[in-house]
Amino acid sequence: MSKKVAITGMGIISSIGTTIEENFQSLLNNKSGISTIENLNTIHKNAIKVGEIKLTNKQLAQQLNLLPENTFSRTSLLGAIAAKEAINKAGIKNINEYKTGFISATSVGGMDLKETYFYDYYVNESNRKYINSHDIGHSTHQIADYIGLKGMVTTVSTACSSAANAIILGARLIQSGQLDRVIVGGTDSLTKFTINGFKTLMILSDTNCMPFDQNRKGLNLGEAAAYLVLESDDIVQNEQKKVLAYVSGFGNANDAFHQTASSENGEGAFLAMQKAFVKANLKPEDIDYINVHGTATLNNDLSEGRAIIRLFENNIPDFSSTKAFTGHTLAAAAAIEAVYSVFAIQHNLVFANLNFKTPMEEFNLIPQTSLKEKSINHVLSNSFGFGGNCSTILFSKK
Amino acid sequence: MKVCYINGSACISAQKTVDSEFLKEVEINTTETVVFAKQPSYTEVIQPSFIRRMAKGVKMGIFTSSIALKEANLEIPDAIITGTGMGCLEDSEKFLKAILDNDEQFLTPTSFIQSTHNTVAGQIALGLQCKGYNFTYVNGAVSFETALIDAKLQIESDEAQSVLVGAVDETAQHIIDLYQLNGTLKKQDDLAFPSSNGIILGEGASFFVLENKQKENSYAILKAITIVNSLEVNELQAFVESFLKSNQIAQHEIDLVILGSNGDLTFDNYYEQISQLFENTPQTYYKHLSGEYYTASGFGLWTAINIMKNQIIPEVVRLNSLVKDNYQTILLYNQYQGKDHSLLVIKKC
Repeated sequence: MSKKVAITGMGIISSIGTTIEENFQSLLNNKSGISTIENLNTIHKNAIKVGEIKLTNKQLAQQLNLLPENTFSRTSLLGAIAAKEAINKAGIKNINEYKTGFISATSVGGMDLKETYFYDYYVNESNRKYINSHDIGHSTHQIADYIGLKGMVTTVSTACSSAANAIILGARLIQSGQLDRVIVGGTDSLTKFTINGFKTLMILSDTNCMPFDQNRKGLNLGEAAAYLVLESDDIVQNEQKKVLAYVSGFGNANDAFHQTASSENGEGAFLAMQKAFVKANLKPEDIDYINVHGTATLNNDLSEGRAIIRLFENNIPDFSSTKAFTGHTLAAAAAIEAVYSVFAIQHNLVFANLNFKTPMEEFNLIPQTSLKEKSINHVLSNSFGFGGNCSTILFSKK
Repeated sequence: MKVCYINGSACISAQKTVDSEFLKEVEINTTETVVFAKQPSYTEVIQPSFIRRMAKGVKMGIFTSSIALKEANLEIPDAIITGTGMGCLEDSEKFLKAILDNDEQFLTPTSFIQSTHNTVAGQIALGLQCKGYNFTYVNGAVSFETALIDAKLQIESDEAQSVLVGAVDETAQHIIDLYQLNGTLKKQDDLAFPSSNGIILGEGASFFVLENKQKENSYAILKAITIVNSLEVNELQAFVESFLKSNQIAQHEIDLVILGSNGDLTFDNYYEQISQLFENTPQTYYKHLSGEYYTASGFGLWTAINIMKNQIIPEVVRLNSLVKDNYQTILLYNQYQGKDHSLLVIKKC
């Protein structure tokens, strides 16, 4: 790639921790965040397992010092916490010092408010202040206002690949010189809407999800937010900033197969990975670790596995899905996994694919099932979503 | 750096914008708080069995994208990028209502599947078998503008030779009710444009084909575009000046200013300010024809490229009586409720 895109800060809140440090510790200790729902009122409470953050909206708002009359959705609350941490970690004092952007990904936005007050709005005037929080771009605005950012602010929504695409747009804007600094990532909270949606598709697991296992029963939904601070070479050099890793390549393609299902041979995934290698000027054998999309649905793992075999042939690097830790956090997933990919590079670690027991009969792909230390220079991270969206990002040490 | 040409377009709106001469027949709404898009017969581009099942937004998107491609004489673009402010509202409301009314039971997946914000871009890709770059932006009044920024970058940096870029928003009953309840819509007894508070809600779709080559039927060059999340009225002048300067455009070069004025008195001062900045320049508006929706600026760009092509400003969109012999450079400004400001310049090929 022409200009380098440095990652200089990260922030995260997920079911395995409310900070960067907590998330890292949970990954080190194989501590999963999958549990039974507590904060959300749904009849499926005991029928499914989820990656829920065990903090109420009130607690999250307090952490952000918001006034009680705030109109933040849970998505905005989680996003603001992660964005704030990312900015602090990047050592940014003045958020508007450079040409700065904020590109967030979400699929539900303020859906939690919409489903809570859907009928109540007609009778209860006092709750109508939440109406404007429904459109998902509003959550991005709330977070941008909270961190005091004035500049290019926008939202990507391509279902479960959204955050990867936010990272891709951010990287391209840095490379083209349109922005000097951009905060990219995503946020999604658990909602009845998504729980019931995935339930009707019959892809929710009633047990802890088992990515890439022959007996996998589906995914665990999760909620999370994560952001990365991307900065140009110029800022890095002028301010002598510590670089955590680089976004070295990316690819986006469409499977053009079905609105929700992935094609059998993983065409879109294959194309996305292929494009990322071209962009990064890297070869498959350069990859030390793949953080797979690995949702643990029958369809995804088979399709993604086939795409990986097509691309890597007989030389499959260590790979794991971290969704057994966090659940599938939809639009935020790629941002969560970007943080974990950077951890892998920083600490030379491959994280465990929890709950794996039996290899899939269709191919001989065995994920890394325990924490593994090794030198890591390049990580590939995949994310796929409804609408045929397939995205790959490559992260590199140098 | 490659030049970004607009080579095809199509628009569905509250006006007769399909199969008719540019704004020749218009209907000025004076009685409704919501204006609905005129639905074409979809039979020529969508299979009849799908027409019933597809939500309005998806149909409008597929239809306009297919006409735009045809106009540009292009079969499959390298990339598909859409912007939508509210996404697939019809299906999203339908699914949510079913969840609430049946206490989370007896649900079917169809409307959930169609409810994701990237449905239109995904369906177009599926129909065209287009495996290229596919993005959807959803950020209020800059949803479409972000799609344009991305598309322009794709063309200029040679990542793509051709990009299909579009704007889609549909209305649905629940959001209309809520907008009435919270005062977003104008009051039924005070619809004056622009001397009352609130908006007239609209819907529509517009698609454009951007390419790195000029063709016989090219409309214009997409020269420059910028967005910012929030501005005070007194910051507007600097915003415009720095945008023009960084794109090496002199203020006097602007031959026409197209404002996104939506008749909402509360926020009209933003448009007033721009209007004053360009008081000696011809000015037009369009949301009295399209209604206001997050991607109404797609309709705005559609009017801009048609004015550019015809070199005539239709009476019905004029804000002042100034005219020019020719329109080489057009500036568009849009914002919604003081947020999501955008500036866009197109130039004659």
